[in-house]
Amino acid sequence: MIEFKNVGLVYPNGTEGLKNINVKINDGEFVVIVGLSGAGKSTFIRSINRLVTPTSGSLLVDGEDILNYHSGNLRKLRTKVGMIFQNYNLVKRSNVFKNVLAGRLGHTGTLRSIFNLYSNEDKALAYESLKRVNIEEKIYNRADELSGGQQQRVSIARVLTQKPKYILADEPVASLDPPTSHQVMTYLRKINKEDNITTIVNLHFIDMAMEYADRIIGMRAGEVVFDGPVAEVSEKTFEEIYGRSIREDDLRGGAEE
Amino acid sequence: MTNETHSLTNKSIPLYPAKTKLQVTIIFFVVLGIYIFSMAWTQRDMVSGLSGALGNMYRVIEKFFPPNFSILPDIWNALAQTIQMAIIATTIAAILTVPLAVLSAQNITTFKPLYYLTRTILNLLRTIPDLVLAVIFVGLFGIGIFPGILALTVFSLGILAKLISETIESVDMNPLEAMRASGGNVFQVIWYALVPQVLPQFTSLVLYVFEINIRASVVLGMVGAGGIGLVLNQQLKFYNYPNAMTIIIVIFVTVLIIEYISNKLREALL
Ligand SMILES: Nc1ncnc2c1ncn2[C@@H]1O[C@H](COP(=O)(O)OP(=O)(O)OP(=O)(O)O)[C@@H](O)[C@H]1O
Ligand SMILES: [Mg+2]
Repeated sequence: MIEFKNVGLVYPNGTEGLKNINVKINDGEFVVIVGLSGAGKSTFIRSINRLVTPTSGSLLVDGEDILNYHSGNLRKLRTKVGMIFQNYNLVKRSNVFKNVLAGRLGHTGTLRSIFNLYSNEDKALAYESLKRVNIEEKIYNRADELSGGQQQRVSIARVLTQKPKYILADEPVASLDPPTSHQVMTYLRKINKEDNITTIVNLHFIDMAMEYADRIIGMRAGEVVFDGPVAEVSEKTFEEIYGRSIREDDLRGGAEE
Repeated sequence: MTNETHSLTNKSIPLYPAKTKLQVTIIFFVVLGIYIFSMAWTQRDMVSGLSGALGNMYRVIEKFFPPNFSILPDIWNALAQTIQMAIIATTIAAILTVPLAVLSAQNITTFKPLYYLTRTILNLLRTIPDLVLAVIFVGLFGIGIFPGILALTVFSLGILAKLISETIESVDMNPLEAMRASGGNVFQVIWYALVPQVLPQFTSLVLYVFEINIRASVVLGMVGAGGIGLVLNQQLKFYNYPNAMTIIIVIFVTVLIIEYISNKLREALL
């Protein structure tokens, strides 16, 4: 369980990224965070694995306040929180398999990982993860030879190999076309349901949020302005979150016909 | 309304603010002034020197020919020493460069004092000319190949660490963030996300510095740092110009061959 208690974050330049956030995310939930650009979605998500550090309040992950974690604890936290990025963040010159095995880094000693001494279980797990997102035939291709959608699937496989308890995804489909976006979101939801991995996704497409989320959190100017199950959400809710009427480009479109 | 847009298009908007333009103009004329002044100044010394030099040139060149190729068997050893010096120095420098380059890359070493410290040390290192280094080390350890290796190592370390830290600063930081987010420690992040990105550039720069070292080691030899430069210096001192000419030709051919090989290797890498 993840629990934000009065969490605030002020960036060094004075920008308030988060203002007094109080949110509880239960195990196994699929939460989508929506909000305009600059609303604080990335800041919210990146607080959970401490890529950014909130400046006030407390943030509990499995009952422990992670805000005072240091290097050792931090590594342990990050091994159980996997992350997916808008730009896939693969090592372009390395092959797919090596990229996916990097998901084991947090579980592997420094020397073992430097000499590529992964256990057979780790390798089998990496291959299994590739298979789950149907990209195993690209195992020895260099990452930069793949299309955007394929690269994002490899990055999902990397996170799966990590065997996380939580998955954070920051705009995972923002660089993809509609059909590929739906494919990636479908994988994420499938994993969420099959492995019971709590998943938090930032999206700015309303229709996708509605289609895949169990629960939607709306943010505006660093604050949570809506939090509720998807059944309670209507177009009016989004208009309130965005503070304006819904436009064409708030929709991804291309849902399975 | 139409009037306004009209005036906007008519009055051309400058690409740079007026202040920048003025500054650039002033700097330009100052630099031009310095050029003209120094040209006038050196001309005074050069004109008389030039006509004399042209006359001397013929007499000097004449002395070097024909080269005496019979000494060839005696210089292979010295040539091999020169190449060894360059290889050993480049290898040591390439190894020492790794930590120094990482520590002096702003995007990796986020702890500012450490970054500034390494930067400063490297900058100081680079201000010492290779010849001065050789003179110092020859003074400390006596004539021979060892002070030559030390001088070359320090010299190439300065160049290499600087160039490689700049390569590191230009890498894509996204994969590094991903490795950090999946629980990797500093060494794992560097090994998995940074090394693959800089390795081709690293190898290419090491080869380039090796080329520089071959040439530098000849010059260093002339101040006593061993190798073929030392032999060349001795022959020149004893006015054995035909022998010296042979050595010069051998050096020339060696440098050409090594540059060719290293160029081919680098082409294959990038
Ligand atoms: N490193 C930083 N330093 C200073 N301010 C920052 C930093 N990162 C983000 N901000 C500011 O914090 C606010 C929230 O940013 P954040 O990236 O969380 O928004 P977002 O909702 O993810 O937006 P987007 O949809 O554009 O990704 C913005 O005003 C942004 O300018
Ligand atoms: Mg964002």
